[in-house]
Amino acid sequence: MSIDTFINEITAKSGNRPDYLLQTLYEIQQQYSCISGQAVKLLADKLSLTESYIHGVVGFYSFLHNTPRGTFDILISDSITDHMLGSRELLDSLCQKLGVVPGQPRTDGRVSVDTTSCTGMCEQGPAMLVNGWTITRLDPGRIESIAELIEADTPVAQWPQEFFLVEDNIQRSDILLSDDTADGDALRALIAQGDEATLQQIESSGLRGRGGAGFRTGMKWRFCKQADADQHYVVCNADEGEPGTFKDRVLLNSYADKVFEGMTLCAGIIGATKGYLYLRAEYRFLRAPLERVMQKRREAGLLGTNILGKQGFDFDIEIHMGAGAYICGEESSLIESLEGKRGIPRKRPPFPVTHGYLNKPTVVNNVETFMAAALIAIHGASWFRSVGTEESSGTKLLSISGDCEKPGIYEYPFGASIQHILQDCGASNAQAVQVAGAAGVTLPAEEFERRIAFEDVSTGGSFMVFDQQRDLLDMVRNFAHFFVHESCGFCTPCRVGSSLMKDLVDKVYAGHAGQYDLDEMHDIGALMRASSHCGLGTTAPNPMLDTLNKFPQIYSKRLKHSSYEPAFDLDAALQDARDITGRDDAGAHIGTES
Amino acid sequence: MSTNKTFKLDGKTIPFDEGDTIMDAALRAGEYIPHLCHNPEFTPHGSCRVCIVDVNGRQVSACTQPATADTEVDNTSDKIMGQRRELLQMLFVEGNHVCPGCEKSGACQLQAVAYYTNMLSPHFTHFFPQRSVDASHPDTAIDFNRCILCELCVRASRDVDHKNVFAIDGRGINTHLVVNSPTGKLGDSTFSASDKAAHVCPVGAILPKHTGYERPIGDRLYDRQPISIVGDVAAYEQEQEH
Repeated sequence: MSIDTFINEITAKSGNRPDYLLQTLYEIQQQYSCISGQAVKLLADKLSLTESYIHGVVGFYSFLHNTPRGTFDILISDSITDHMLGSRELLDSLCQKLGVVPGQPRTDGRVSVDTTSCTGMCEQGPAMLVNGWTITRLDPGRIESIAELIEADTPVAQWPQEFFLVEDNIQRSDILLSDDTADGDALRALIAQGDEATLQQIESSGLRGRGGAGFRTGMKWRFCKQADADQHYVVCNADEGEPGTFKDRVLLNSYADKVFEGMTLCAGIIGATKGYLYLRAEYRFLRAPLERVMQKRREAGLLGTNILGKQGFDFDIEIHMGAGAYICGEESSLIESLEGKRGIPRKRPPFPVTHGYLNKPTVVNNVETFMAAALIAIHGASWFRSVGTEESSGTKLLSISGDCEKPGIYEYPFGASIQHILQDCGASNAQAVQVAGAAGVTLPAEEFERRIAFEDVSTGGSFMVFDQQRDLLDMVRNFAHFFVHESCGFCTPCRVGSSLMKDLVDKVYAGHAGQYDLDEMHDIGALMRASSHCGLGTTAPNPMLDTLNKFPQIYSKRLKHSSYEPAFDLDAALQDARDITGRDDAGAHIGTES
Repeated sequence: MSTNKTFKLDGKTIPFDEGDTIMDAALRAGEYIPHLCHNPEFTPHGSCRVCIVDVNGRQVSACTQPATADTEVDNTSDKIMGQRRELLQMLFVEGNHVCPGCEKSGACQLQAVAYYTNMLSPHFTHFFPQRSVDASHPDTAIDFNRCILCELCVRASRDVDHKNVFAIDGRGINTHLVVNSPTGKLGDSTFSASDKAAHVCPVGAILPKHTGYERPIGDRLYDRQPISIVGDVAAYEQEQEH
């Protein structure tokens, strides 16, 4: 098919809506391995957008490219837990076998290899994506086979199926994961009790947002319901990008019905007829199964028009794909992305509950929140409140990875202590736990008595364990680089500050830093925290600030004794001059030791 | 328009109307809050963060924060001025700002706000990015080395000129201004020197050609009086023309 026909077909599907631009670009990328200048031109005409605007959208998302990737486009997950499982060595070995330089397609166009932010396979890593499809449990054997398959030009569809096996790895279940209610029960409860009574149940259950921020779900739904508009929207945030979290992957894989049911419940209450599930591109493998679940629900009268026979209860859901941008987990960025734009966080107020998707009142909730809401509608508020703590009712799904015997998904009532969780997952030698991901908190052993709860250690679910043998500066470096990659670039402190921070961490790592540099990190971190536009910028310095405070030895042991050291090695800086002049004698070097 | 709602800006009582931001009310009252990406003619942006003020212990950007009655706003404490200075230093090291060689020197808001906050050095390690100069247009040149990503030209071209000549591409530290034309060059775009977008750049990134150093250095807008007194260069130049 010519690219003209292809673009005509996909833009026609959305009625040439410019807000479907990102979805259109995603499909073009899948089909043609890049968004060519010609494709941009055609789209600009079709959607009445400027070419530079479209280039700007392409340039924002990691998985969209303006030059072709390899026929086999490989991205190795670069999360710290992947590193700990040997991903860097496997990357080097794959590149060597294939004769590829990371980041550049091989000259014959056959293959490209690069790294990508956490793919959400931390407990079964190291992981990679090949043309967007997830491969887990990489080891030297798998890397060898993959190199051979690529050299033999074997289409990905014919690669061994076991490579693509993604397990749930549920290690501990509580009220959510042991759910055995029938599909539709929550909606039947809604119809039986009425909107108002059901919303009151959600409110009095004390349910709070499971993405980590902990906003009261009932209140959010109430605000949105009260906002006067001709249309309301329900959006499920399945952009699970926080390094170390993978619980939404499991819910969407095995509990999708309950997630969709929670969305439908919300729609019934706030009066929405349309919903979106924003799925991170790394979870491409979940898209087709999710579409099948939705189709099954339509056939069962649980989605579509006149749901469960109730006149006027109309609601349907569409899946929108992300394209590689951590910031889109922030709800207003996610809405911008849903509208096909660069994922820049919006100014607030106004908030999405009154001015969200297409400027209409919108509820954005996490996958886990929607599932919990569905169960509350069935079992009632007091059932939910009987679990957890006063401030944090119910349970929390934790994604546990790193140095422990039994990584996987653990569902705990709120109030579970870090110590207790570490015992359960078989982490007997923990030096530190990183809770809530790269933007979260680093807990040393002295803080293992603390509890998972909104009033103590709040988390979206990431729980990474580091044992005594680990150098925590590796973790800090990984997170510092992550934030440089994922900063949206909108505001000064985050855009520039994250780069300055990364350079300082690298300087410490290289053994060139002095106390002055640590003081600088404190200063820059404090500024980012105080002055950034959104939560990404305010939390990006956390790993540095937290470890400077709690693990000063990981820095101090690498410090030079002087208070100031230059950021570069004087002798290495002369290398270009030596190359140009062809000299490499003693006189062309500055002795760093003597 | 009269109102009885007020807030305190460094102890001074500032009246405001419903819907005003802290910046709107302060500007109307003749109080200066340093800013770069803000221009009252356009929708507030809130990206440079130089206008941060302290409201009840929390830093917010004055250009986007709605004014609320009876709040105390700190605009000039050492802490706030120090934070602004650090943000300016970040902008200075991110691009290539060589004041002695810049036609805009003396009438540049980045430079003027830096003076105002008593910034004496860039402090951080320079990034020295590789950026280009676009001299393809007959009347206007763009030096991307000096762009601070305020997006005023993007907003002006979109909202006033209705031409969408400018856009933002890339992400994070690679975010950059781009020109909408087949070649990416300004000369091949629909841009004209009479566009609003040609007259909003707060720094020396978008400059008219053929008029170098008409006004000698030492006699320019911010050479004579500080920015806290004379305000934005774009507004000043607009006034001069009329």
